Amino acid sequence: MPRKLLKIETNPSIVEDNFLFIEKDFDGDISELSGEVMVPSGYWSKHSEALKSSELKVAVWLDSDETADTIKDFLNDVEFVAINFPKFADGRGYSIARLLRERFGYEGEIRAIGDVLLDQLHYMKRCGISSFEVREDKDIEKSVNMLRTFTESYQVAFDQMQPLFRRR
Amino acid sequence: MYKYDHYDQTIVNERVAQFREQTDRFLSGELTNEEFLPLRLQNGLYVQRHAPMLRIAIPYGLFSSTQMRRLADITDKYDKGYAHFSTRQNLQLNWPKLESIPDILAELADVEMHAIQTSGNCIRNTTTDQFAGVALNELEDPRPWCEIIRQWSTFHPEFAFLPRKFKIAVNSNTETDRAAIQVHDIGLQLVKNENGDTGFKVLVGGGLGRTPILGEVVNEFLPWKHLLTYLDAILRVYNLNGRRDNKYKARIKILVKAMGVDAFSKLVEEEWQHLKDGPATLTEEEFTRIKGHFTDPEYQELENQDKLLSEKFAESKAFKNWFDKNVNPHKKSGYASVTLSLKKLGVPPGDITSKQMRKAAELADKYSFGELRSSHQQNLILADVKQSDLPAIWEEAKANGFATPNVGTLTDMICCPGGDFCALANAKSIPIAEAIHAKFDDLDYLYDLGDIDLNISGCMNACGHHHIGNIGILGVDKKGQEFYQVSLGGSSYDDASIGKILGPSFNAEDVPTVITKIIETFVSNRTEDELFIDTVRRLGLDPFKEAVYAKKAA
Repeated sequence: MPRKLLKIETNPSIVEDNFLFIEKDFDGDISELSGEVMVPSGYWSKHSEALKSSELKVAVWLDSDETADTIKDFLNDVEFVAINFPKFADGRGYSIARLLRERFGYEGEIRAIGDVLLDQLHYMKRCGISSFEVREDKDIEKSVNMLRTFTESYQVAFDQMQPLFRRR
Repeated sequence: MYKYDHYDQTIVNERVAQFREQTDRFLSGELTNEEFLPLRLQNGLYVQRHAPMLRIAIPYGLFSSTQMRRLADITDKYDKGYAHFSTRQNLQLNWPKLESIPDILAELADVEMHAIQTSGNCIRNTTTDQFAGVALNELEDPRPWCEIIRQWSTFHPEFAFLPRKFKIAVNSNTETDRAAIQVHDIGLQLVKNENGDTGFKVLVGGGLGRTPILGEVVNEFLPWKHLLTYLDAILRVYNLNGRRDNKYKARIKILVKAMGVDAFSKLVEEEWQHLKDGPATLTEEEFTRIKGHFTDPEYQELENQDKLLSEKFAESKAFKNWFDKNVNPHKKSGYASVTLSLKKLGVPPGDITSKQMRKAAELADKYSFGELRSSHQQNLILADVKQSDLPAIWEEAKANGFATPNVGTLTDMICCPGGDFCALANAKSIPIAEAIHAKFDDLDYLYDLGDIDLNISGCMNACGHHHIGNIGILGVDKKGQEFYQVSLGGSSYDDASIGKILGPSFNAEDVPTVITKIIETFVSNRTEDELFIDTVRRLGLDPFKEAVYAKKAA
């Protein structure tokens, strides 16, 4: 069943998405997978050649205790990168997203998954996250507005690489 | 002082609207307690023993008489007519209603104030010397740097969910350190290199709490324009590597200790190489803009008033006492800085009534260019007072309960709200402060003792900075009973040190006697005019232990 996803392309909007989340401890054969899958980074590392030559559409997800540089060499081979927020108060994903964007130059989709609530979306967006699997019990219809809470920011982040002091 | 432009005002106004909407969602049940918690904390809102507590930011302790009047109005309208200055130079309200917090924030925003990041696991209010900009022996005014850090840290998107809270302090004085930078997550000391260029000596990993540690130097000279990229690098290393499995081991100090300062510094350096010279690099233009907000007021050309003052001293010993303790020298001749003491016997340290707040605003307008400061010792300061006005200001301060001539002495205690108000506390702290104050109310004796920092915390979160008091008192809970552990030898200044525990803890009622015994031991062992801290350092704890724990002769 498709899930709803907040996605920023030119404008933020709510779209449908069918990527299947594959658990971290999945150790099955590629033949067990089909369609659109989001595999853990460890699985990708182990099976990258087979995944690349398969018919699958493959995205990779990173947990908050994994580092951005573990996937930097295959960023161009995946549909998108997802960052897991195991708890919303675990803020490592913000740094991981910025590193993917600003250090490794990744221009594709970065998706927030896990404990993704409404009130953190603005900060996530600033750090370069471009799609959001808002937790199912939260009203995703409110999420577009949440990205508009602040119209100005002081500091450099991916969405505004010029600090306010260079613009004011 | 810093004046908002439309950007600053927009950001603060948008915050008010955001928090109003978040509060509505919490009250309607859409947000759970756990989800609302970090949102309210990052707006300074705690849920406490009796009521919510709201911590209002006073960036680096500087505010105007207009802001003080607004704070007084808020204190009357939404609270019980009194408020509390904290050890982070902020102001706390003890009894506001949750529903009215958005309105309070809106009233604050009207006067360019807020409660942003006064709590929570984020970058907190940056603090500095309460005499910044007017002190002797200052390399340069540290406040523009504090404001630059304030703007950088406000809603920093990457560092809103750190492993734990994060505190930065800046010192620019070459002779002393009133900002206690060695016990901060990051301490910044302004320095000049051999070419006369400004930079920062950067310390990381100091802190109090359960594991008191002094910060270690990670960079001896960071050129000023790299300040923000370097802070970004430190915070990123901490955000990615700090422990998140145990909140008592989550501060950056634990990470620095675990890795060793060399390995930590190397990681920061590597991260910084990617950020260095990037867009966050400070510009001469921005520094000039910010510095333009911290110009000297319109000082008159005045002589020092030695003759007038010595005549007044001869007339009144009480005035002399107040001058000696509560007046500080000023960089400009003919001027002085006055500390309005919030340490009156019978009043919790740092507490202030709305009437006093209005009076302080009036004194600021009349005598000190309309500006006030709060200190981490929980007092108020009028920084730019004409020496010729000192007798008049003394009379007015006295009449309003501000002139207790005890600044720097044993009774100028730092004290957290403790078990009377705070949900975290193991024990009460205010009654202990009061009992000690009552015991040492004889001013002549107090002055003979010289300066002694006595700090009290009601639990090991150490909001009362007990580790760095010359005498530290920590409230502990033993099987539901309140006990107090005493430590000696702490210091927060440039010779900073962490106090050592004297021995087994005491009942509340024994604490004043224990302090008396410690002081008596000091008096009988001190060399002429030796400071308490120096006697403790010279003799160690043994003579104090003997005096305090000696068995009564049978």
